[in-house]
Amino acid sequence: MSEDETQTPASGPGPDWGFETRMIHAGAGPDPTSGARQTPIHQTSAYAFHDADHAASLFNLQTFGFIYSRLGNPTVATLEERIASLEGGRGATCAASGHAAQVLAFFPLIEAGERFAASTRLYGGSVTQFSRTFPKFDWHCDFVDTEDLSAVEAVLAQGAKALFVESLANPGGVVTDLEALSGLARAAGALLIVDNTLATPWLCRPFEWGADLIVHSATKFLSGNGTVIGGAVVDSGRFDWSASGRFPGLSEPEPAYHGLKFSETFGDLAFTVHSHAVGLRDLGASMAPMNAFLTLLGTETLALRMERHCRNSLAVAEWLTGHPKVEWVSHAGLPTSPYRELAEKYLPNGAGAVFTFGVRGGYEAGVRVVEKCELFSHLANIGDARSLIIHPASTTHRQLTDEQRAAAGAGPEVVRLSIGLETVDDLVRDLDQALAAA
Amino acid sequence: MATDLHYSDALITGILRRVRTIAMVGASPNWKRPSNFAMKYLQEKGFRVIPVNPRAAAAGALILGEKACASLEDVPAPVEMVDVFRASEAALEITREAIRLRAEKGFEVVWMQLGVRNDEAAAEAEAAGLTVIMNRCPKIEYGRLWGELGWGGFDSGVISSRWPRPAKGNGRAG
Repeated sequence: MSEDETQTPASGPGPDWGFETRMIHAGAGPDPTSGARQTPIHQTSAYAFHDADHAASLFNLQTFGFIYSRLGNPTVATLEERIASLEGGRGATCAASGHAAQVLAFFPLIEAGERFAASTRLYGGSVTQFSRTFPKFDWHCDFVDTEDLSAVEAVLAQGAKALFVESLANPGGVVTDLEALSGLARAAGALLIVDNTLATPWLCRPFEWGADLIVHSATKFLSGNGTVIGGAVVDSGRFDWSASGRFPGLSEPEPAYHGLKFSETFGDLAFTVHSHAVGLRDLGASMAPMNAFLTLLGTETLALRMERHCRNSLAVAEWLTGHPKVEWVSHAGLPTSPYRELAEKYLPNGAGAVFTFGVRGGYEAGVRVVEKCELFSHLANIGDARSLIIHPASTTHRQLTDEQRAAAGAGPEVVRLSIGLETVDDLVRDLDQALAAA
Repeated sequence: MATDLHYSDALITGILRRVRTIAMVGASPNWKRPSNFAMKYLQEKGFRVIPVNPRAAAAGALILGEKACASLEDVPAPVEMVDVFRASEAALEITREAIRLRAEKGFEVVWMQLGVRNDEAAAEAEAAGLTVIMNRCPKIEYGRLWGELGWGGFDSGVISSRWPRPAKGNGRAG
């Protein structure tokens, strides 16, 4: 048997590759056909079959490969592998947006008439999606204060099949006790789903604390330049879908695939195969290859950027703390933060770059500070190289009730900052003049 | 599922490059069964897969074009690998059969499928000089190491900046 070295597949340190190496290389070797070293943008709708039998194998899920870019695309798959690797998950499914990723996450889990639970401390858009739109699918969300563990236990005991939290909660400064919550979820036979958007896997890795699924808005720090709308759901590969009989979407025969049982046929790949073959097939919210490419570029510098985002953000937070027009600053990296201990445990590389502060003078003053900024951009996004500012009560959290806003940390006096990569003294100067004018 | 079994990529790659013919114990004639999925995939990658299934053999059935054998005894030599697609409890008896027939058939590897693990069988096989892999799927491992698993969005754990020359023939080194 000849030993042609050139045909040996790679076999390096495998899971031992470091984070920074994986953020550049995971999923992306040279293109097999051209040798192109950067990941090509596979701008194609569909893929040729070798023959009828190959086509049948692909449609039956008997072999790996591409059929149609709604279900899968090589550029998008490269990003999926990259994100799965960075999170320490088994597989990932990218979606058209973070919100689409959330629908994809719940889709295999929740049947009509069933319930899940979610933290009250969420991005306002998620609260609206769960409380207004999901009921139209007959999916029902119970919101719970996840800092009250007995309340979480009670809501899980009432039949919630999953608990949804943000690791570092938007609009900021709040760190979630993932280990405690994953223990409660596991005891109840429910999944813990963690939105890790604000933290990114460089700051926090929820699977290491017992999470079962992770969702991302790739629009934020993963891409990092405010260029794309995108999302991902990552599976740990550890949840046993067949154990309880509560997840028939994954454990029972799927009529559209000739009675195939995903968990039996695909083992720990089941969730991610299902998310592509059923989720994206029927929900259709697929990521575009160009957006995957831009997000791949972003992931290549993730750790570097997050370090600077975190350093700048802490410096701004410290400066704001001493400002006479500032009532309070909610940043988990500050020594005064009630979340400092949780931040040290879950976010050892930094407490993130999105946080809030309260302006003296309430709603009106909050709006004015935002309008007076020159360098900070007034817009509804976070996780950009540019520093961003917004008044959540009048924008991102506007759809919520007063009680929901207060619970989410988005009261009338609250201003949210997403600190970028600019010279930190310039950021301080801009806020100083805006606060003086407010 | 056992997670404390570690096999290096080099070990798995070596097996999948060396092996030409696989006796798949528990291969099903039903195309919707996982064993049939794995058999078809491995055939596409250039392996010959001999199904071992007493019921199918009694009926004289072909599975994916290959005549089903009633037992490992009936498998035509040489066969380098026995793939156990049966419950963990059944693996001991199958492994002992593989050890007994080792020289006659040319068996080198006993591979137990994803979810199949029998430490007693493994110890006996290793003592007899056979290589043992447990709780892994050769289809998934082939896909992972030859760059296809990532197409489905999975972390292959494989990183390389080398550009391999295209393979000749059936896609595997010969």
